Amino acid sequence: MASLKELKDRIESVKSTQKITKAKKMVAAAKLRRAQQAAEAARPYAEQMEKVMSSLASKVSIDENSSKLLAGTGKLETHLLVVATSDRGLCGAFNANIVKEAKVKAEKLLKEGHKVLFYTIGRKGVPILKRAYPDKMLEHFDTTNVKTPGFEEAKAIAAELTALIDDGKYDVAHLFYGKFKSALVQEPTVQQIIPIPVQEGAVSEAEGAVDYEPDEEEILAELLPRNLTTQIFGALLENMASEQGASMTAMDNATRNAGDLIDNLTIVYNRSRQAAITTELIEIIAGAEAL
Amino acid sequence: MANLHFELVTPEKLVRSDDVFMVVVPGTEGDFGVLADHAPVMSTIRDADLVIYVSEGAAPETITVQGGFAEVNEAGLTVLAEAVS
Repeated sequence: MASLKELKDRIESVKSTQKITKAKKMVAAAKLRRAQQAAEAARPYAEQMEKVMSSLASKVSIDENSSKLLAGTGKLETHLLVVATSDRGLCGAFNANIVKEAKVKAEKLLKEGHKVLFYTIGRKGVPILKRAYPDKMLEHFDTTNVKTPGFEEAKAIAAELTALIDDGKYDVAHLFYGKFKSALVQEPTVQQIIPIPVQEGAVSEAEGAVDYEPDEEEILAELLPRNLTTQIFGALLENMASEQGASMTAMDNATRNAGDLIDNLTIVYNRSRQAAITTELIEIIAGAEAL
Repeated sequence: MANLHFELVTPEKLVRSDDVFMVVVPGTEGDFGVLADHAPVMSTIRDADLVIYVSEGAAPETITVQGGFAEVNEAGLTVLAEAVS
């Protein structure tokens, strides 16, 4: 049995941990609201972009001159897995879940005989992936020095990805991130971003004569990088919201567990204290009787 | 005459969604004014001013847009811009 002093120290230590988790939970709750609003505000743009892209893509014929972002490199050999995780911990299994999803995909591709490379965004996913695939880490995009990854970061990432495919470093790119469902549920999601997956039956609703200024090809060439940026931006925003949601849930659990632990320890502490007093009393009474 | 439904969207947010009289869009190949029932057009835009006339004869309102494109369809005019100021 632990001594009274040990128990007391233990209770104090759990209490200070609880303070931290409680504070983190409240911070996450406040940030979650903002991140959620940001994710929602970005939706009209992404939706519009998608509509335009699909109606354009169905009109343009793909040949060897088309952009690699649309047509790919004509091979399916090297797959780039773009894994977006958070920069901070204390958010439960959020990062682990995304990385797990990426690993499953990587294993599947490797088994099929493809090559796999990783491009990481955010600090937390790196060590896990590095341990599993030390020779497959291609690039890392650092977001630690910005408070919230915004459109500028998305643009920079898109530019890097475009440069890498032009160098022939990879053929297909998949983007991994945590899709925000609710504060309780975040779904690790994979999405193919390069080349743009062709949706069956996404033929434009016979809009008739639309004037294109300049022509379709040029508009498409301008739109493709922008579409990539938008997708990455959307993923970053979803990730932000998911991270805060996961963090809030995890910290809420931790706070509650700490509370339970404190209650139990306090009971043990009081019991041992009473036992010690009783023993002392018996000793005194026995001593007095012996006289 | 019915008004033109006009939306200006950036990646961060929906900047404006209004029924207006006319919008002059700075297209890559030249400015063009869009009134209600304009024929469907899709155009990339220059970094320049978007001029909005809320009603006929009203004082023009300008919004500077950067990078993006404009689409006119039966629902109205949608401008997707990377940044506005």
